[in-house]
Amino acid sequence: MALDVFAPWDDPKAKPLIQFKNVTKRFGDFTAIDDLTVDIFEQEFFALLGPSGCGKTTMMRMLAGFETPSEGSILLAGQDMAPVPPNQRAVNMMFQSYALFPHLSVWENIAFGLRRDRMPKDEIATRVEEMLRLTRLEKFARRKPHQISGGQRQRVALARSLAKAPKLLLLDEPLGALDKKLRQETQFELMDIQESTGTTFVIVTHDQEEAMTVASRVAVMDEGKIVQVATPDAIYEAPNSTYVADFIGDVNLITGSVETEGETLRFTWAESQPAIVGASTKTFGKAQNVHFAIRPEKIAISAQKPEDAANAVPGKVLDIAYLGNISTYHVQLAGGQVIKAQTANNRRISRRSFTWEDDVWLSWTDTAGVFLER
Amino acid sequence: MRRFALILVPYLWLLALFLVPFVIVFKISLSDLAMAIPPYTPTLDLAEGWAGLVSFFRELDFENYVWLTEDALYWKAYLSSLQIAVISTVLTLLVGYPIAYGMARAPEEWRPMLLMLVILPFWTSFLIRVYAWMGILAKEGVLNQFLLWTGVISEPLVILNTNLAVYIGIVYTYLPFMILPIYASLERMDESLLEAAEDLGCSRLSAFWLVTAPLSKQGVIAGSFLVFIPTIGEFVIPSLLGGSKTLMIGKVLWDEFFANRDWPVASAVAVILLLILIVPIILFQRNQQKQREAEG
Repeated sequence: MALDVFAPWDDPKAKPLIQFKNVTKRFGDFTAIDDLTVDIFEQEFFALLGPSGCGKTTMMRMLAGFETPSEGSILLAGQDMAPVPPNQRAVNMMFQSYALFPHLSVWENIAFGLRRDRMPKDEIATRVEEMLRLTRLEKFARRKPHQISGGQRQRVALARSLAKAPKLLLLDEPLGALDKKLRQETQFELMDIQESTGTTFVIVTHDQEEAMTVASRVAVMDEGKIVQVATPDAIYEAPNSTYVADFIGDVNLITGSVETEGETLRFTWAESQPAIVGASTKTFGKAQNVHFAIRPEKIAISAQKPEDAANAVPGKVLDIAYLGNISTYHVQLAGGQVIKAQTANNRRISRRSFTWEDDVWLSWTDTAGVFLER
Repeated sequence: MRRFALILVPYLWLLALFLVPFVIVFKISLSDLAMAIPPYTPTLDLAEGWAGLVSFFRELDFENYVWLTEDALYWKAYLSSLQIAVISTVLTLLVGYPIAYGMARAPEEWRPMLLMLVILPFWTSFLIRVYAWMGILAKEGVLNQFLLWTGVISEPLVILNTNLAVYIGIVYTYLPFMILPIYASLERMDESLLEAAEDLGCSRLSAFWLVTAPLSKQGVIAGSFLVFIPTIGEFVIPSLLGGSKTLMIGKVLWDEFFANRDWPVASAVAVILLLILIVPIILFQRNQQKQREAEG
C-alpha cells in the first residue's frame, strides 16, 4: 500500500498558508525582491535556495516582520501581514547566529517567548521540559549558552523558536555553523521535528545538498526572483533553466541547435559528432540555439561502442577524480569538449576499468538529459 | 628568573608610589601637632639607636582618629561626600547611558568620530574646563544672559556656588568615564538578540529591559564605580563651583592641611577616606573579574 503523497501544491483546492503576491522589496536603488509570487502550504518544509545576495534572507525577514514589502502583499492564512509587528506574528525565527540570550540559561532562553505570552508558570515549565526532551537537551537546562557546544546551541535556538508553537517557523541558515557530519545528522533531526510537530518550516540556505535533503519543495532564487519551485527530484531531474541545472549539482552543458523538432529532438552540437537524440517536454523551433544538460551519473562509460545506446560518442580519459563512493571521469571528445561521466564504485578494491589516456565510449539514453533554452 | 623580574616591576612600582607614601601618611596621622618643621612630632631620629626607636613608637597614638569622631564636621563631611558622590553617579548614569546607547547604535563609520568627541575634552586642562563652567554658571554668566535674552526667566538664576553647580561640574567632568565602559558593552552586543526578543513577543521597550539592560549591566557597574570612586574625594569642583554650604571631605582635607596646618588630623582624614574607598574599589575589581569570566 502506498502512502498518501504529500503534495498540496498540486491540489487546486488546497489553501496556502503563506502567499507572496507580486512582492517587491527595494533598498534604495537596489531591488532585493523583484515582483515575486509564490504559495507555501501548511506542513510544508520549504527551502529557499540561492547564492548570497539573491534575496532569500530578505524574503525570510519579510515573513518575520523585520522588513515590509515595498510593493505587493504577503498573506498568512489569508490575512495581510504588513500591519502586524514581529512581536504579534504567529511566526518564529531561528537566527543564523542563533541569537541566544547570553545572560539567560538554556531553560530561560526556551521559556523567554512563553513568559512574554504571560502563560501560567506550571504550563511554561511543562512546555519547556517538552522542548528540552524534543531537542535532547534535558541535561543542559541550567547551563548558559557559552557553556555548551555549537551543536547544542543550535538545538537550543530551535527549541526556543518552536516553544511558542508557531504556525510558521523560519530557519535562517540553521546549520551553517556546524561541521559536515553534525550538519547531516541535524538535517534528519530537523525533518523528524518538523514532522512530529506538524509546523510549517521555511528554511533559507545556500547549501543545495541541505535544501534537497530536508525540503518538500525547493525554490531556487536568483537576483530577487524565484527561478523554479519544485520538489527536490524535479529540480534535479527536470530543471527549467540552465541556471537551475547549473546551480544544483553537477551537470554537463552542451551548446548546439535543434535539427529536427518534435517530441524527440535531434540536436547538432559539433561538426564531427553525431546529433544527440533526446526527448523534450518543451517545444523548440527548428535551428533554435539550446543547451543540452545532462548529469554526469546518467552517462555510461565503456571500452566498446555499446550496441543499443541512443547516443554514443568516443573520447579519451583526461582526468579521474576518485571520491570514494563514486569516480568522476573527465573525457575529452574529438572536438575538444570535456564531458564528465560518473560511475559508482560499488565493488571494493576492484581493478579500475579505465585509466588516463584510455579510449572510451560515452553513452546515454534518449531520456537522460534535458533541453533548455539558452 | 626573568619571569620573576617581570612581576617585580609592578610590585616595586606599587611599593614606591603607593605603599611607602601611605605608610608616611599613616605615620603622620598617628603623630601630634607641633610648631616645627615638619609640623608634627615625633620624628624618627636613627642616631639615638634602639632607645630612640622605642620612644618614637611610644609617642604614636590614635588621638587624631578619636578627634575625628568627636567633631561632627568630619562625619558630616564624609556623609555629605558620599551623598554627593551617589547622586552624581546616578545623574552621570542617566546622562551617559543614552549617549553611549546612541553611539553604539550609530552607523559604524560614525563611531570612531563619536568616540573621539567623547574623549576630546581631555585635551584641555581640567582646571580650565572647571573655570569655564564658572563663566557659564555665574550670575552674569553665559547661561543666565542667554535665558534672560530668550525671556525664559526675568531674574538671573543663582547656580554658581550651590550644590547644583557641583553636580553639573561632576557630571560634565566624569561623563566620559561613564560613557566608555557602557559603550563598550553595548557595542559588543549582537543586534540579532533584539530581533530575537521581538520575534519572541517583546515590544521594543521590554526587549530593552530584558536584553539590552542586563547585557550592559557590567558596563554600567564599571562606569558607576569609575565615577563614584574619584567623586568622593573630589576637591577642585566643590571648591571652585560649590558654595560655603557644600561640604565635601576633599575640601575639609585641604583646609586641614593648608589653612590649619594640622597635618596629623589631615592625614587621619585621608586614611579614613582611603578605607572608605577600599570597599567600592574591591567591588569594582570583582565586577571586572566577573566580566572577564563571562567572556572567557
